[in-house]
Amino acid sequence: MSVVIVLVFVAIIMAGIFLLAFIWSVKNGQYEDTYTPSVRILFDDPAVKEEEKIMEKEKAQAKSRSDQSQLAEKKERKSQ
Amino acid sequence: MFNELWKHLQCRTFLFEISVLITEQNDQLILTYTENQLPGPELMSEDLKCIHCGNSCGKSPVLFEGKPFCCSGCSTVYQILHASQLKQYYKIEPMAGIKIAEMQLPASETYAFLDLDQFKSKILTFSEGGISKVSFFIPEIHCASCIWLLENLHSLNNGIIQSFVNFPKKEINVTFNENEISLRQLVDLLVSIHYIPEINQHSIDKKSTDQSDKKLFIKIGIAGFSFMNAMIYHFPQYLPGNEFLEADMKKLFGWLSVLLAIPVLLYSGSDYFLTAYKSLKKKMISIDLPIALGLVTLFVQSLVEIISGAGIGYIDSLTGLVFFMLIGRWYQGKTYQALSFERDYKTYFPLAVTKITNSGSITIPLEDLKSGDQILVRNQEIVPADSILTSATASIDYSFVTGESMPVTKKAGDFVFAGGRQIGSAIELTIEKEVQQSYLTQLWNQIENPLTAENKLNTIINRVSQYFTVIIILIAVGSAIFWYFNNPEVALFAFTSVLIIACPCALALTVPFTFGSTIRQYGRKGFYLKNTAVIEHLYKVDTVVFDKTGTITNAQSSEIRFVGKELNSVQLQQIKSLVFHSSHPLSKAIFNSIDGDELFEVKDFQEIPSLGITGLIHGLRLNIGSRYFVSGEKKEDINLNTEVWVYLQDAVVGHFQLENEYRPGLRELIQKLQKTHELHLLTGDNDAERANLIQFFGDGKSLHFNQSPTDKLNYIRKLQKEGRKVLMIGDGLNDAGALNESNVGIVIADNVFNFSPACDAILQSKQFGKLDKFMQFTHRSMTIVKLGFLISFLYNIVGLSFAVQGNLTPIVAAILMPISSVSVVAFASFSIHLSAKGYRL
Repeated sequence: MSVVIVLVFVAIIMAGIFLLAFIWSVKNGQYEDTYTPSVRILFDDPAVKEEEKIMEKEKAQAKSRSDQSQLAEKKERKSQ
Repeated sequence: MFNELWKHLQCRTFLFEISVLITEQNDQLILTYTENQLPGPELMSEDLKCIHCGNSCGKSPVLFEGKPFCCSGCSTVYQILHASQLKQYYKIEPMAGIKIAEMQLPASETYAFLDLDQFKSKILTFSEGGISKVSFFIPEIHCASCIWLLENLHSLNNGIIQSFVNFPKKEINVTFNENEISLRQLVDLLVSIHYIPEINQHSIDKKSTDQSDKKLFIKIGIAGFSFMNAMIYHFPQYLPGNEFLEADMKKLFGWLSVLLAIPVLLYSGSDYFLTAYKSLKKKMISIDLPIALGLVTLFVQSLVEIISGAGIGYIDSLTGLVFFMLIGRWYQGKTYQALSFERDYKTYFPLAVTKITNSGSITIPLEDLKSGDQILVRNQEIVPADSILTSATASIDYSFVTGESMPVTKKAGDFVFAGGRQIGSAIELTIEKEVQQSYLTQLWNQIENPLTAENKLNTIINRVSQYFTVIIILIAVGSAIFWYFNNPEVALFAFTSVLIIACPCALALTVPFTFGSTIRQYGRKGFYLKNTAVIEHLYKVDTVVFDKTGTITNAQSSEIRFVGKELNSVQLQQIKSLVFHSSHPLSKAIFNSIDGDELFEVKDFQEIPSLGITGLIHGLRLNIGSRYFVSGEKKEDINLNTEVWVYLQDAVVGHFQLENEYRPGLRELIQKLQKTHELHLLTGDNDAERANLIQFFGDGKSLHFNQSPTDKLNYIRKLQKEGRKVLMIGDGLNDAGALNESNVGIVIADNVFNFSPACDAILQSKQFGKLDKFMQFTHRSMTIVKLGFLISFLYNIVGLSFAVQGNLTPIVAAILMPISSVSVVAFASFSIHLSAKGYRL
């Protein structure tokens, strides 16, 4: 039956870890506000970055455009 | 013909593209023109909504980049956000902005006191090396857009490092670099985007209040942990074949569960022992006494069984009991975090005032204000103490105090009561009485309500538990005596068994879950209670006292009618054109009451503060304002309805009369309440409205006019002396004393998060007509509580039948106790939920 005793202690230590985690989360203030995080996670990246994104997109588009034109040029050259 | 056409074209706005086609037909010039509206917002549509706040823009929207705004304030905020790439604010929740007329924004010097170290150190929660943290209560936080904007404050100013919103508390926590932005600049920034933080004594004191909630969570966590593990140790013993379990294992399980029980008893359940001890000291029996008694007996009995090796004890029942009861406490203790029911005068008045000395003006803390001091009160600031006006005129808004929405005009030398808000340019005052001695604060300071202590004892749960405890102890002693003569070995066990099984867990859970559910149902419908005890007080109420202004009348909208010579449409348009130029609330009210949108040009416009406005239209003089200003008569009006007089051309043509509008549903509400309650009305106003009010209240006996705040308080006291349980319904500071003195005080508020005097409950003004339903529902709640008691008594009878026979085994306790608790909780919650639906709350 000694294996049961081991199991009993393993079980209580594991439960104890979860209890400590719970106490830590309470003290950390995770139960103070249960609404705002649910809204916050839906926000996109900060607004300033959004503009950068647009610029990046434009750059990428410009690049692909130039790629395309290069391709076209190559084709033309080939045909020539 | 061309002339006519030209006139027609002139009437069109610039937003129409007009193409004119001239053709020749049969020697005649034919002119056809087509008009195409330019792409863009529909500027001419009737209810154009402000991009910022969603309010109607009226007939003359403010334009910015072709977008309509209702006022320049909204447009300014839009421009600020536009410049900082924060336009997403308008995408998350369209038209989420907050409308604050520029007139109502606090003056820039209002927050000057935030530069002083003595205030700064109190307000900042943390400050080191230039990095500071601060948290503000902002009542206006209301949607996802608010959260987004306030958490992106760093885009508006580089000095802001991080900002976090706590939505349920309507709080923002800001970390900022003081080298780049000062506390005052931070507040000004928030004000500029119309999120005005509330900075007062309350916001300084509040910081230490959340701790009790955290403690309860930890207590529940520990109790739950012990409960679950104790069940694991006990479960094998309840199964057939447990006799094969080794004795060593039994001992180990027993001692482990004792170890688990110790923190539950000493920490999680400590409150029950404390309150039981406290009430015993006062020679009273509360529900906590049988609980504490049961817990101790459970523990001692288990200990004895484990030490003697007779069994494993009742530790699982003990920990489960504490766990369930703590959950009940948490459920009952749900509070509306952003609402405050305990506000005293300190939360209303500012932290600092501007004192005028010979060497200039200085900012001093409110406590240091002495009588005789000269102070400066700017636009939107509050007069902190009873004082005498030294400036020529002042326009004081007492809507917080009396509920009257129109500002009162004061002249130099007039006595100004504390609590009013100055509207318009800054005024100077000489303090007559210190803040503590001022009329309103004195009334407010009588906070200690003698009734509350007595009421606490008289709750249904305490009355029941008194009998309950006595009967249980009698049964326990009775069965012990019986067994002593028949089988002395069982006597002690029977005695403890009775105490164990009768532990009123189910009884103690009935009230928290019934009333907790009731409070939630109320909260969903806009009726917010301070705590669950209010339900019971509301149930007992037999007399209802109403305040008039702002309570049964609607402070916001007034009915406007014109008394005097009938005006033709041109004259009305002339009046409308003149009041358009004034930002006075009365002008706005009149402007909105006149139909038509033709505005004439006004020349020589002048606004004379607290008297009126004047101007030339079509070369004719038009004066609008007070009776004295318009007609020169100094006669005091007998009728105190707000009046605006009009002088047109060369004669006084009459006056606009603003009448308070009664809240919708008032008549039905009074008719219903009258059947079950005695109704009274107290008002500080004169009896001009007596005839109207008699229509509502039936007879004039219970109507009392010209009541001062102290009269109201005394009236409540008088009713209570007659043995009545009084419900006071008010809204302003002048009701504060009466609200506090009454058994239940309900405050009516348009925005429940804004300031309201100390009270037991806050009712959203929209829900005013449902008050009788809310009151009736308390009867249903009480019935459910009584049924819950009945259920728990039935369980007790079953349990006791085991106990008195000396047959109580741990397994009976382990099954009976949780089942009784869970069934009572389920019954209470479901039946409240269903009845709320049935009542159509």
